[in-house]
Amino acid sequence: MTKRPVQFQLNGSPVAVFTDEGQNLLDLLRRGVGDLSPKFGCGQGTCGSCTVLVDGEPRLSCLTLAETVEGQSVETTNGLANGPDLHALQEAFMENFAAQCGYCTPGMLMAAKALLDRTPRPSREQVIEAISGNICRCTGYEPIIDAIMAASGQPVRRAG
Amino acid sequence: MVTVTTVDTLQEAAAGVGREAVYLGGGTLVMRGVNYGDQQISEIVRLRSQDSLRVIRSEGDRIVLGAAATMGDVLRSSDCAALHVVARQVGGPAVRNMATVGGNIFAPHPYGDFAVALLALDARLRMSDGSDLDLETLLAARGSERRLIESVSIMRPAGDDFRFRKVSRVKPKGVSLMSLAAWLPRRAGRIAGARIAYGAMAPTPVRIKAVEAALEGVSLDANSISGAIAAAAQGLNPPDDPLASGWYRTQVAPVHLKRLLLGEGGR
Ligand SMILES: Cc1cc2nc3c(=O)[nH]c(=O)nc-3n(C[C@H](O)[C@H](O)[C@H](O)COP(=O)(O)OP(=O)(O)OC[C@H]3O[C@@H](n4cnc5c(N)ncnc54)[C@H](O)[C@@H]3O)c2cc1C
Repeated sequence: MTKRPVQFQLNGSPVAVFTDEGQNLLDLLRRGVGDLSPKFGCGQGTCGSCTVLVDGEPRLSCLTLAETVEGQSVETTNGLANGPDLHALQEAFMENFAAQCGYCTPGMLMAAKALLDRTPRPSREQVIEAISGNICRCTGYEPIIDAIMAASGQPVRRAG
Repeated sequence: MVTVTTVDTLQEAAAGVGREAVYLGGGTLVMRGVNYGDQQISEIVRLRSQDSLRVIRSEGDRIVLGAAATMGDVLRSSDCAALHVVARQVGGPAVRNMATVGGNIFAPHPYGDFAVALLALDARLRMSDGSDLDLETLLAARGSERRLIESVSIMRPAGDDFRFRKVSRVKPKGVSLMSLAAWLPRRAGRIAGARIAYGAMAPTPVRIKAVEAALEGVSLDANSISGAIAAAAQGLNPPDDPLASGWYRTQVAPVHLKRLLLGEGGR
């Protein structure tokens, strides 16, 4: 199998690696680069646990041909914290019990980051829409929605 | 094992597809196949850059969408305001940033919601060999088509002339049990030249000509559309899938057509 060189920015740092033909970005990040933060859930785009940002947009890394990110900027959950300083979303997920088994959390965080980067004070409906491609089987979603609202500096609970 | 060929032009890509390679649009379906070892996919041909095929522009009373425009691109385009309701119902946000217009036209049952809307809006395709083709003709022979789509030109509907409904079991991002699109141009309050299309009711999106004929010259009220409702599932033999049987689909088609034509409650 032919190896292809691919270069891109990963969480702000340049990365140059070889990708196998047909390899998806999730596999390249995990096995090629060693960034284990995006998770393999379904391999068919349904669960969202592999969500990363490519040039600021949420994408499913399991459905992205790795070599297509040449020259692009990729963000994963690994890039959120700065040493011991967590990202506001990570803090809010912790405070609001938005992670239980934690498997969906990296995808949820990246979907939420994409939202807050563009819409710093989203409505609850916008939050629900932003994570609509991400499945969580533990929390029932409400704590996740609360956490994203909290990270945006807004009250967490719906009125009434 | 999959090989990947990267080319610079759509024409070169089409030559590759002629040799049995699969063209990569946004990849949401092709890569799913690769991940699951689909034996049909041994070679992928892709463009180095799809940017020039992502442009959406206005052309008189029509809108031209590049085949590589994503659902996200459609949602950002004010020219495509009438199609926002459709694009918003394709998958979740990450899917929409990848899923292309061209790929949606080739998406198998039950996918192809966007193509249903294109079909209702009189879509004409510009193909990779420079020829033009209407979408209905392409869909009828989709399996044997080896050319690629460069762009899609559709009517820009006026006012509320365009309607779309996606019927699914899981909100907000379930697949279609049925999707329906209607373009209902009116002259002096009466429908003239309606186009009605369904998705997930046949192997590809289809026009429902019996309904179109029954709508000709009538006004949009419950009494006047009764003939169209009666023809809602005429001649259709919808597929069975895990979401619904074909029989069920034919039973609910009139309900959803009525709701589409008259608004939410359909009364
Ligand atoms: C989680 C999930 C949810 C989804 N939900 C929906 C949904 O709600 N509604 C829906 O309609 N679809 C849905 N899809 C299916 C799919 O994402 C869309 O249909 C999408 O528009 C396909 O486009 P693509 O660019 O990703 O296709 P690709 O995977 O790139 O290609 C699909 C097929 O189209 C061909 N093709 C692509 N571009 C062209 C072109 N320009 N000319 C000729 N052939 C071309 C390819 O060769 C291939 O055969 C979903 C998919 C996933 C993974």
